[in-house]
Amino acid sequence: MIEFRMPSLGADMEAGKLVEWLKKPGDLLSRGDVIAVVETQKGAIEIEVFNDGVLDEILTKTGENVPVGHVIATIRGKDEAPGLAPGAAVAPVAATPAKVPPKEALPPPRPEAPAVQVQITPAARRRALELGIDLATVKPGPRGIVGIDQVEAAQPLAKERPGIVFDEMRKAIAAAMTRSHREIPHYYVTSTLDVSPLMSWLEEENVRRPVPARLIYAVPLIRAAALALKSASELNGHYEGGAFEPAGHINMGIAVAMRGGGLIAPAILEVETLGMDHLMERLRDLVARVRGGRLRSSELSQGTVTFSNLGDETADAILPLIYPPQVAIIGCGQIAERPWVDDGKVIVRRTLTVSVAGDHRVSDGRRAAQFLTHFQQLLHNPEKL
Amino acid sequence: MTLMRKITYREAVREALKEALERDERVFLMGEDVGRYGGAYACSKGLLQEFGEQRIRDTPLSESGFVGAGIGAALGGMRPIVEIMTVNFSLLALDQIVNNAATLRHMSGGQFSVPIVIRMATGAGRQLAAQHSHSLECWFAHVPGLKVVAPATVADARGMLWTAILDPDPVIIFEHAMLYNDEGEVAAEGDLAVDIGSAAVRRAGRDASLITYGGGLKKALSAAERLAGDGIDCEVIDLRTLRPLDDKTIMASVVKTHRAVIVDEGWRSGSLAAEISARIMEQALYDLDAPVARVCSAEVPIPYPRHLETAATPQPEAIVSAVKGVMRK
Repeated sequence: MIEFRMPSLGADMEAGKLVEWLKKPGDLLSRGDVIAVVETQKGAIEIEVFNDGVLDEILTKTGENVPVGHVIATIRGKDEAPGLAPGAAVAPVAATPAKVPPKEALPPPRPEAPAVQVQITPAARRRALELGIDLATVKPGPRGIVGIDQVEAAQPLAKERPGIVFDEMRKAIAAAMTRSHREIPHYYVTSTLDVSPLMSWLEEENVRRPVPARLIYAVPLIRAAALALKSASELNGHYEGGAFEPAGHINMGIAVAMRGGGLIAPAILEVETLGMDHLMERLRDLVARVRGGRLRSSELSQGTVTFSNLGDETADAILPLIYPPQVAIIGCGQIAERPWVDDGKVIVRRTLTVSVAGDHRVSDGRRAAQFLTHFQQLLHNPEKL
Repeated sequence: MTLMRKITYREAVREALKEALERDERVFLMGEDVGRYGGAYACSKGLLQEFGEQRIRDTPLSESGFVGAGIGAALGGMRPIVEIMTVNFSLLALDQIVNNAATLRHMSGGQFSVPIVIRMATGAGRQLAAQHSHSLECWFAHVPGLKVVAPATVADARGMLWTAILDPDPVIIFEHAMLYNDEGEVAAEGDLAVDIGSAAVRRAGRDASLITYGGGLKKALSAAERLAGDGIDCEVIDLRTLRPLDDKTIMASVVKTHRAVIVDEGWRSGSLAAEISARIMEQALYDLDAPVARVCSAEVPIPYPRHLETAATPQPEAIVSAVKGVMRK
């Protein structure tokens, strides 16, 4: 029997409220399945399981607020018998194998529960439309009917659409950034790059592509950063409990501004394995889900480095704070035409100022400078990215 | 402040008749036992003595005959008030009412009108058995060319008759037999006439709309009172006029409460409740938070034994449970 605990979806998370169970006892689970939705300061997050098995028992009711680490469900092996005595859920894992009964003692499979169609009153539909509430997220009331009351009760959560109560989000940012500023000895390295070749390549490339497949310039930047980070392991990982643990993969948090304020940096997992087309798809999906309020737990807890792009018509450069327990963050200012010296002449080029903030407990500025050089070289030959 | 006085529904009807007879000499009353006996429900007691045989006329037991005579008198310029003992007996006069009174304005291209007022008792509750207890208001409310009213309060019983007399077209007044002894307030003096055509909100509320008329009103109000004890705040609409229906008042209430329960002593199939339910669906579907519910009479001839008569007709308990149903409580 495996204990499934309320996951930590960020260094600053202390508790989460169970909004919805998406699986029921007896359901088969595969690693990566979304099992439940948890409401945190960052909004509604889908949490995933990390084991194959069968959902044995749900221990936390919908609506309950439980601390991180609290056992919220138990998962048994596929061949394991269900129904351990109450209290067994907190028993050590090692104690359970003895209880496995012979296979023939397994109960017959549960009959499929008849699919109950949720009934939504016309008035509830209209109210949901007025309030901008996704009816799929509304919990039915008595007799399984969604009425005006249920829609209005869902309003606080729906107001968080895109997933967030903003002062809660501001608190979460405050907690994380205060910790960052207090604990992490930041150093900064910046470099201004001539990105004219990149932008010309991108423009040509996009002319050739159908509109949905076109790339935004953040895609080659993220791709180049991912490749350059492969040989900069001191910038990619977690610093926790006084020790640095480099990460095997690069899970790059992408800072996404929320409509109406706030910021969140869900990670694109194993970003170094993704080509530009895939990266574009993932980015589009991620931004849509940030604004639609449905992120996954792994995206919030497993980032190993963060990429922050201020975008067009903003500021020239950014000196960002590292998101703990990560150890580096890459920040890009706007791409703009600026005077550039080339071969003794001042010419107009499109340039980009990139900053790297590193954790001095883990690396030195020189390491970040090497990363930036590598990053720049990669961007010089965008067609090879 | 208007000075008020308390009278019974029966007294209100009698006062209204007296007033009409006094105000307009073209007005006369006819029907079975309206003169010497004073009316089957004693509404015209004393009027024969006061107004004489010319104006208070006992008729033979022939509904078709005396209603037809009333229509003829109306065509001839009189303002007849015809009393039919109960709605069950009015079926004998349906041909006169539906084929003549309701049609002549239309068939004459507007040359003739039939300013007749036909009063009749309706409804169960007095153990008069199946041939004297039915509620057939909706049959009349079905017919274009008629106006149909159902005074549910003493003030409406007092005030609707004169307005009906002034109407150039036939008006049917339904008096629920269980209302005659009820007391209510009317103004001590002045013009007591009230409008025909609008529904009235008898109790304001926000959770559910109870829509009813005639004898249903006091049951709906009593149910609303009980529901208030459970924290359910009902609005009670008295339709007052069954044809034409006041859609505006009905929909305004439903839009506010999102739930409607119709209380109608008629049988459910093809009832006024069915018509109102259809109109709510047509005009306020997107405001509904529950299907429209109906509390109607059981589809049986109204039984004679008291307990069965009670069981067969809408009662406050059934209204309470229908409201809880639409509240999903």
